[in-house]
Amino acid sequence: MKRRDFLKATAGGATAALCGIGTAEARENKEPLENAIGILYDATLCVGCKACVRACKEINGLPPSIMGEDVQYDAARDVSGDTYNVIKVYKNGTSEAKDREIDGFSFAKKSCMHCVDPACVSACPVTALDKNPQTGIVQYNPDVCIGCRNCMVACPYNIPQYEYNDPRGQIQKCQFCNQAGVERISQGLLPGCAEVCPTGATLFGTRRELLEEAKRRLAAKPGETYTYARGRASDGLHTHDKEAPEYRQHVYGERELGGTQVMHIAGVPLNRLGLPELPERSYASIAEGVQHTLYKGMIAPAIALAGLAFVVKRNTSKADQDDPQSQNSRRPEPNNDRGES
Amino acid sequence: MSEHKPVEGRILTLPFMFLGVLGVIGLYFLGVRFADGLGAVANINSGYPWGVWVVYDVVVGTALATGGYALAFAIYVFNKGQYHPLIRPAILASLFGYALGGFGAFFDMGRYWQFYNILMPSNWNFNSVMLEVGLCVMAYILVLVIEFAPALLERIGATGALRWLNKVLFLIIALGLLLPTMHQSSLGSLLIIMGAKVHPLWQSLQLQPLLALLTALTMGFSIVIFEASFSAIGFRRRPETTLLARLGKVIIGLLAVYLVVRLAELVLRGKLGFAFTGDLPGNMFLLEMALFIFPLWVLLSPARRNSGRLLLFAAVSLLFAGALYRFNAFLIGYNPGPGYSYFPSVPELMVTVGIVAIEIMAYLVFVKKLPVLHSAEHA
Repeated sequence: MKRRDFLKATAGGATAALCGIGTAEARENKEPLENAIGILYDATLCVGCKACVRACKEINGLPPSIMGEDVQYDAARDVSGDTYNVIKVYKNGTSEAKDREIDGFSFAKKSCMHCVDPACVSACPVTALDKNPQTGIVQYNPDVCIGCRNCMVACPYNIPQYEYNDPRGQIQKCQFCNQAGVERISQGLLPGCAEVCPTGATLFGTRRELLEEAKRRLAAKPGETYTYARGRASDGLHTHDKEAPEYRQHVYGERELGGTQVMHIAGVPLNRLGLPELPERSYASIAEGVQHTLYKGMIAPAIALAGLAFVVKRNTSKADQDDPQSQNSRRPEPNNDRGES
Repeated sequence: MSEHKPVEGRILTLPFMFLGVLGVIGLYFLGVRFADGLGAVANINSGYPWGVWVVYDVVVGTALATGGYALAFAIYVFNKGQYHPLIRPAILASLFGYALGGFGAFFDMGRYWQFYNILMPSNWNFNSVMLEVGLCVMAYILVLVIEFAPALLERIGATGALRWLNKVLFLIIALGLLLPTMHQSSLGSLLIIMGAKVHPLWQSLQLQPLLALLTALTMGFSIVIFEASFSAIGFRRRPETTLLARLGKVIIGLLAVYLVVRLAELVLRGKLGFAFTGDLPGNMFLLEMALFIFPLWVLLSPARRNSGRLLLFAAVSLLFAGALYRFNAFLIGYNPGPGYSYFPSVPELMVTVGIVAIEIMAYLVFVKKLPVLHSAEHA
């Protein structure tokens, strides 16, 4: 009896270990890659022309989104299966002044943030989403995707878009104009949105140089002349001078959930521009910490299975020996009567 | 003689045919889904990619199907052989519940024709909770088929196969205990990566797997009480109140641990205030808590516990509590941000209703054709 009690306790312990929440060790956030590329979106430079939206559609072969008749320009209101990048507007009260929170307005950009520690990549069961080890681009492979849409529920920015109205739909998202067949980054070209942006509001570069540039802009005294680059951050050829606006002291994407490669700065609080307030610790690191604590090398499940098999075997055969006349304490024996008839 | 016997009676009863009509309606809309895409039937959208098909059919549906798992724990681990008469119907109900979950996951998949990719190790992402859920649920459906096989083998008189199966059954039973522990906890872990989109009242991060597992077990024991009570009424069999009341005692412990962990998390992380803001998530939390606490009140008193009626109410309350916990966490308390909303469409709901109807029809056919229910209970 004592031994059996011990075994019961062992099985219980194994099960407890399996849900060993108290001991859940989590990994750290992932660090930005050495040569991670990125975009700096400066809402104070954006004039809302949506040239980036159109260029994105042309380069990626996406149909324009039309609303009503006589629309000469893309009218996409949000990212969708047909739209990877969209410019939105924030308006408050009388909307008198640009880049002002009260009675002002601001433009905003919504597109994939190419997270440093992406939740979509962590959530995808079949590695249909992954992070390019050089550029850090979050790329998608429709050939393995099963369409479970876990990437969509995991994404804090609601970026991956499933094509609900296509019986053979897939996930659509910005891949930095570098997916197979487009490959602009690999060819040394700019992503479409950054190339056409007339003011440099959408600026391409490495994440590191863009972060430095963003901090320089935030440090600039409002009203002093600042030289803004256009296209590529490191490209000194295309610049224009403009009075620095009053920036909010917040580079969105520097730290949010471990950071993003597409970063935003603006004159209004960034949560007004559709960017959620998020902690620094990535949810991917927490989820993976829990998962790996429980399943690393399948050791805990293997131990639990061995313990359970032992206890079950003992409890079923014990019933056979001790209690042969009991009908209720074991699984039924084969029905010999029927079998032979 | 076998301990288990088929229930006598016609298959084509009026309720059965009514269920059939619901099943046909559901299958029709499922056809539309495959012909015209998910958007043609379901209201899921960019902000709410998971609707009732995932949350009811998979998350709640499999939790309601943990009867076989919970009972197997009582019988084989804690050696409570007296529950054995309940195991076969519980395994069968689990099999249908999980089959519904698996099928639900399949037709909800946006690229179902590439479903096989999750079985190919070269694609596996070991960081993904979804991978664990997917593989583990599939494996468990197989285990349930094998666990139920003796009923079929007895029926066709395959003695040799039965003898062989009985020799390895202990391993299958052990797997049947391990796998639901894994995927029922992981179904809760799915919420972690959704992060700030999940309302603080339900975003318990590292505690998600434990809370999901505890509630799945209480639902498992409750569904056994529920099914046994209804079999007694529906098939005019002797009720098993004493046996069921003892199951009720097991629930007390699980429920107590759950409530302590759940409330401690809310208090320690300073989130309990969200419960009393009077908004929808706050009120749904209070309702959910009431549904968890009422059964505890019933079960704590031997007099109440031994009343068949109150015990059934307690079980039903727990089933609703566990289901609401999941609905709250995955849908009602899930907020992707301004500009998005979701409410299931009628065709979307009819698919779920139809599939559940087919599941119940199959259960009825099985208990009438195969030795599932315990013969000692025959009136």
